[in-house]
Amino acid sequence: MTEAIGVRRRSFASRVVGRGSVVRRMDWVLFGAVVALSAIGTLLVWSATRTWSSIEPTGMAKKHVLNLLIGLALYSAVAVSDYRWLRTYAPVLYGIAVIGLILVISPMGSTINGHHSWILLGGGFALQPAEFMKPALVVMLARLLVPTSEKGKTKDRPRAGGLALSLAAAGAAAALVMMQPDLGTTMVLMATTGAVIVFAGIRKRWVVAGVLLAALAAAAVWSLGLLKPYQVARFTALIDPSSDPRGVGYNSTQALVAIGSGEVFGKGLFHGGQTTGRFVPEQHTDFIFTVAGEELGFVGTVTVVALLGVVLLRGVRIARMCGDRFSALVSGGIVAWLAFQTLVNVGMTIGIMPITGVPLPFVSYGGTATFANMTAVAILQAIHLRSRPV
Amino acid sequence: MTRLRGRLLVLQVLVIAMIVVLVVRLWQVQVVQGSRFVTVATETRTREVRVPALRGAILDSSGRPLVRNRTTLVVSVDRGRLERMPDGGDAVLRRLSAVLKVPLSKLKQEIRACGPGVSRPCWPGSPYTPIPVANNVNPRAALQILERQEDFPGVTADIQAIRDYPNGKDAAQLLGYLQPVTQSELEKREGLKANYSGVDLTGRDGLERTYDSALRGTPGLRNVQVDRMGKVISVNQQSDPAPGDILVTSIDAKVQRVVEQSLDQAMREVPNSDGAAGVVLDVKTGRVIAMASRPTYDPKVWTGGIAEKDYRRLLSDKSGKPLVSRAIAGEYAPGSTFKISSVSAMVADGEPLHGTYQCPSSYNVEGRSYPNAGGMSLGAISLHEALVKSCDTVFYKAGYEEWLRDGGKTPKAKVKEPMPNMAKAYGFGKRTGIDLPGESAGRIPTRAWKLDLYNSTKSEMCKRAKIGYPEMKDQSRAAFAKRLANENCLEGMIFHAYEAVNLSIGQGDVLVTPLQLARAYAALLGDGNVRSPRVGWALMRPDGTLKQEIPVPVVAHLPVNDETRTYIRKALSEVPSDGTAAGAFRGFPMNIVKIGGKTGTAEVYGKEDTSWFASFAPADNPRLVTVVMVAQGGFGASTAAPAVRRIWEGIFGLGKGEDGKPLKPALPDGKPVTRLPAISRETQ
Repeated sequence: MTEAIGVRRRSFASRVVGRGSVVRRMDWVLFGAVVALSAIGTLLVWSATRTWSSIEPTGMAKKHVLNLLIGLALYSAVAVSDYRWLRTYAPVLYGIAVIGLILVISPMGSTINGHHSWILLGGGFALQPAEFMKPALVVMLARLLVPTSEKGKTKDRPRAGGLALSLAAAGAAAALVMMQPDLGTTMVLMATTGAVIVFAGIRKRWVVAGVLLAALAAAAVWSLGLLKPYQVARFTALIDPSSDPRGVGYNSTQALVAIGSGEVFGKGLFHGGQTTGRFVPEQHTDFIFTVAGEELGFVGTVTVVALLGVVLLRGVRIARMCGDRFSALVSGGIVAWLAFQTLVNVGMTIGIMPITGVPLPFVSYGGTATFANMTAVAILQAIHLRSRPV
Repeated sequence: MTRLRGRLLVLQVLVIAMIVVLVVRLWQVQVVQGSRFVTVATETRTREVRVPALRGAILDSSGRPLVRNRTTLVVSVDRGRLERMPDGGDAVLRRLSAVLKVPLSKLKQEIRACGPGVSRPCWPGSPYTPIPVANNVNPRAALQILERQEDFPGVTADIQAIRDYPNGKDAAQLLGYLQPVTQSELEKREGLKANYSGVDLTGRDGLERTYDSALRGTPGLRNVQVDRMGKVISVNQQSDPAPGDILVTSIDAKVQRVVEQSLDQAMREVPNSDGAAGVVLDVKTGRVIAMASRPTYDPKVWTGGIAEKDYRRLLSDKSGKPLVSRAIAGEYAPGSTFKISSVSAMVADGEPLHGTYQCPSSYNVEGRSYPNAGGMSLGAISLHEALVKSCDTVFYKAGYEEWLRDGGKTPKAKVKEPMPNMAKAYGFGKRTGIDLPGESAGRIPTRAWKLDLYNSTKSEMCKRAKIGYPEMKDQSRAAFAKRLANENCLEGMIFHAYEAVNLSIGQGDVLVTPLQLARAYAALLGDGNVRSPRVGWALMRPDGTLKQEIPVPVVAHLPVNDETRTYIRKALSEVPSDGTAAGAFRGFPMNIVKIGGKTGTAEVYGKEDTSWFASFAPADNPRLVTVVMVAQGGFGASTAAPAVRRIWEGIFGLGKGEDGKPLKPALPDGKPVTRLPAISRETQ
């Protein structure tokens, strides 16, 4: 039957679900891992927020589901589209993100939970332009670092001009985020930029020089006192959380206690005493991993880490199968971003990273972050759908 | 593309490495160290909460409340939690200040810890207990605080019992007061790490202190789950608090009122007086029926933390230290009221009870003349008349001759000292052992006492005898002090004749407390037993059953035979009708109740005389002893005796009250309650 109409323009349904269709060729492992993480995330958000209001214990969980549904719609739209428009519109996306960040710093920005990183849209909706900047910057960098002409396949290294422009673009974004101030997101943007530039093919010696320069810059920032005292304290607390258990070390200590007390199998969903008592701050966003640790135990945390690993490794696979440099850079950049964020987020809850406010991809509560993550995965899917295996 | 793929391979390796690192670390935290974190988590999450027991009430002998409990809404602040906030709890206190309508600065003062340089208002209790910042909070404000815990972390509002004094200032010093338990006291108490107790008050004075452990009861213990805010989520285990016992006292609230009013009037009549005391004792049992002291204060000031101004005032000299009960802690020369002891000593020493004694207008001792009060000269009289008219010269002679018999300035190896020893037998010179803290011992000067005093002051006196007092500005005073020091250095060990003479009439170095005097009279007029008076009568369980009756210990028996005791009683029975107190009792219906008593007027160097009246009724078969002392009150007959008269009138219901109506007797027939009251629920 399909053969009979093979010459005709295929129906929409056939194009979506038929052989060789978008749905058939999609990376289901990647998608499955994202859905599983979202499902776990929803339960954890529910558990972390159910004590907030006795009238509506599921209020935050419902909002989270709504965010996920919107994210899924975004995902679908981006995944089926031709990713190459991204290249065309990269400056526009980046521009929108920059304007968003400027608005945040301007009097139009709002402070929620102590973070001045929001634009209120009204009706209970708010956006965090910094989250949106992550995918926008990746795409922007890929465009700047890949010469327009794809003809000469020997051109393996970025042009000096493109490199300079991409550093400028990344620097501007990082500076704007730092002005909020949001150290965590700034670090994510810088790490992602570094990764994309390395993927773009700069010489090894430049990589080494860059790493040294970054270390030097970090030392300079530290010694010149450019960081705010609380930011310095967070790093000190990493080295010795007991230095001030009631102050800066509090979050770190409480996160460790919550996760550790989950032991192998956890205390069961909704049965975490530390979670119920809200001993860990920001438990539905930045510290969501502690809920998994306490209530689902080692089994749960390893599952979450493994699922994130699946997402990241599928992403790497997609990047390595890319036929063109632009899509490889974009997918590599996305993986680097998500990987760094995972490392920092999980790491801070188990005492191997300083406390910085970054959400756990696909698990933490947060509208803009969910949209950005879903878009990022959708871009990976879109690239996957159109890449010819080499 | 090859280089790009190579570098993506590096990314892949890094991602795998990251996953391995995270999993290994999670294994370490959750599996290897898991059980340790379980312990820490449990400690973080659970709290031992002490639920304070309802403190027992203090009742009078008829079951009327002297101190009871009243429930009130109290707002408390957990200082430790506020301090942990980034702004030190400033925002929370600001909001609290608005809700309670209390200035922010006042709140901040109330929750700071007391210490050197930090005076009230401040928190003297444990830093780990919530600090009450407001009593009698209206329910709406309390509800606001409870419902908006996110705005008021560390602030709680709960119903607490606070002390209530239905009789106002009456018996303030006797009842005592409560204050927060201090951290060091908490640490001493074993097994109760009360880091979360609601209110922990402990009796600091008076009955509240003496019977603290019985009144306090046993606090309940609650093991609770708390959240980060310290809010209780659930209760794991609970043992209910056991309310404290009820203290029934022998105080009669009505008699107490009468005594208080009488002292108030005495203080009004003698505006220069700096203190007064009134004691009513049950002669037969040795229990205290009423005890009052001036100046006084309202014990309400302690409730819910005392204000700096009030605290300063209570401790200041200007206010006359109203916390100190003059009845048990005030030491005054007893004057002629002391003569019951001197007469007893004379008779015990062999002088005839029915003999004749000379009462000249003055008596010469070693070239110095000691006159009678008012230069009275009665010729040859009996001891009876010597007591009724209070003839001092009879006692001067006796005291001097006893002193001579003991060897005078060069004492014999074994001295008899009849008068000081009889005074001690009456219980003077040492604490009565009443169930109240802060009692004074008084003083009876003896040869041994003099020697002890000399030995302890000798070096200083002899030094001063040489160098004088150069720091004194007044030259003549310095010279006088130097002469005195020289005298004391040379012969300070000598018990002089004048000291024996002064002692015989309760002057000089003799000091007694009003309570000591009252119990001496009770011993004389009762069965001859010297008792350690008690205010507490019985401890009752909260359900009203008797737990323990508090006995009145007999500490000694008077070495005075019944004939002498009866003789003295009969003599004193005529003082209010024919003797020194006749003026004060003019018109008193002696036919209804015959009153006995003895006036005392003690000279105090540089001050007005101390006015005393020690009295008893009915004179023939005494049931009650009443002693009133008014410091700087002048003659005993002019201030203390009228005060006692008012007390008798109140007790027996004689005469008319201020409103012109006949007085109702405070104690019908003047008989103290003999049966313990039945305790009903409402008395609590």
